[in-house]
Amino acid sequence: MNRPELVCPAGTPSAMRTAVEAGADAVYCGFQNATNARNFPGLNFTVPELEKSVRHAHNGGTKVLLAVNTFPPAGKVDLWKEAVDTGAKLGVDAFIVADIGVADYIAKNYPDIRLHLSVQAAASTPEAIKFYCREFNIKRVVLPRILTVPEIKTMADEIPCEIETFIFGNHGLMVEGRCSLTNYITGLSTNMDGVCSPAAQIQYIKDDSGNLTTKLGEFTIDCFSCDENAGYPTICKGRYLTPAHDGAYYAFEEPISLNLSTLLPDLMAAGVTALKIEGRQRSRAYVKSVVTAYRKAVDNIMAGHNPEISDLLALTEGQKETQGAFKSKAWR
Amino acid sequence: MKPNLTIAPILFHWNAERKLEFYARIADEAPVDVVYLGEIICSKRTPFFENHYDEVAERLVRGGKTVVFSTLAEVMLKRERNMIAGFCDLEDFELEINDSSALWHLDDKSYRVGSLMNVYNEDTMAYLVAKGATHFTLPAELPRDSIAILAAHAKELGATTEVQVFGRVSLALSARCYHARAHGRIKDNCQFVCEEDMDGMPLNTLDGEEFLTVNGIQTLSHSYLNLLDDMDDMKEMGVTHFRLVPHTQDMVAVANIFREALDDTVSAEESSEKLTALDIPAPFSNGFWNGRPGHQWVGEV
Repeated sequence: MNRPELVCPAGTPSAMRTAVEAGADAVYCGFQNATNARNFPGLNFTVPELEKSVRHAHNGGTKVLLAVNTFPPAGKVDLWKEAVDTGAKLGVDAFIVADIGVADYIAKNYPDIRLHLSVQAAASTPEAIKFYCREFNIKRVVLPRILTVPEIKTMADEIPCEIETFIFGNHGLMVEGRCSLTNYITGLSTNMDGVCSPAAQIQYIKDDSGNLTTKLGEFTIDCFSCDENAGYPTICKGRYLTPAHDGAYYAFEEPISLNLSTLLPDLMAAGVTALKIEGRQRSRAYVKSVVTAYRKAVDNIMAGHNPEISDLLALTEGQKETQGAFKSKAWR
Repeated sequence: MKPNLTIAPILFHWNAERKLEFYARIADEAPVDVVYLGEIICSKRTPFFENHYDEVAERLVRGGKTVVFSTLAEVMLKRERNMIAGFCDLEDFELEINDSSALWHLDDKSYRVGSLMNVYNEDTMAYLVAKGATHFTLPAELPRDSIAILAAHAKELGATTEVQVFGRVSLALSARCYHARAHGRIKDNCQFVCEEDMDGMPLNTLDGEEFLTVNGIQTLSHSYLNLLDDMDDMKEMGVTHFRLVPHTQDMVAVANIFREALDDTVSAEESSEKLTALDIPAPFSNGFWNGRPGHQWVGEV
């Protein structure tokens, strides 16, 4: 069994330092603009910040993966090329890309820098992945969160590149890179602007009896009684009504988090090269706890011991967790 | 080039009888140039109509239409991968691809690129043209300015462009079937409950506001896209094809209205009035085209 790389979120320079100190093998990050899929206010890096952070990470033996993983709309492509040029100049270890045009630009201009295919590219079959490998010399694919462990194993046998899978964090079932729900409601696009459920268009409205309604734009996403934990209003995590269902229900998915700690040995045996922790939008404390716990778990498994994953439930969304798609396909 | 009017693949799970009736009318009565056939949402639905494609295609061709076969938008299972491989070997008809799996097989063959493929910019378009793409139906969320650039670029590359101008808009795909979920089932034992909702299953907010539409693994808008008034602008920028998404409303009537508008045989006002008179059970939207939230209607009602 190969030692898998632990790939950790770095939403800010301080989160990156924290991840490096907690034992991340690699960190992933983006610039403060639409070129990456977590374009949230207060997150991400300026050029000088990234320059300093890359130096610090490399000193600690940690690789830096730059996410340039949104889809530049026609007329705005230069912003993405600038992000790539800057990243190359600062010495990032790999680019994470989704758009064919961006991948082509990097493959032609920076053939010596590794290319990783983002989950946003939604490459869900060996054929799709082989296409990207053949065309752009992709070294690693980040698999969509919709495959089971046996499916990942089959995939590993059929594709010529490394596999990275999510092990912890947000649990989304909408195929990433193929969702324009946010744009339909807010006018900001997940694919083109890197925005999902923008905070500026969110409202929490409390009524007289203490119930809390959450809204995105003009639309109600959920309503919580006073004894419920109100979640952040994301369209695919809301409750809705339909004639076929009795009462309000989570039409798409429950607001729960992915936690694959108990499946780690299976994933490693399936041939997964890199384990990804989601959460560039999360706090430094989150990064510290999750990275530390998973560092220990991976090291224990490699040493032939029990993974001994500590309780991470408190850090999960809505304090509920799942093994998501990975365990079986009965959720589909 | 004379503007082409097209019929998108049927997105919803209509039974074979309904589909046969629909295509018979389109073949004989609708002033459309291209008809896209094929199940693009759920591979489980394919056996219900598989045996009819030959006769439907033949009838459409006799009616003077170009027939294109569209492939599945989400490919995961071995069976689905084999379907894609089979489609890519098809010799008699053009192919429209909706998932990057097909690109692996089509290295030396020409093909059309569907709206569920992510072609957002001129670089991606140029790359795919070099790899055999001849025609692009652009993603529905692209704003006018980007469509203008892509249409001009396609022209230079010798490719053609298509924009959806009518019908519910695809907003998201998932690995989970939300129709089955609403009925307390999963995809594997769904019993084809999606058949009950021929324009999709309504999803309303908790305050009862109409919001989205569910079609198996696909989520669509509740509103119907209507870019009738913007087609002159599109023609000018070089868009060559105009796409109608089939619904249970009278699609021959819809096609006639859009045909007249494309050919400038009736005024814009008159076309809009005729479309409104069809009593479509949802508001119209044109937000994406205007760079606004997609559900919005910008302009006069």
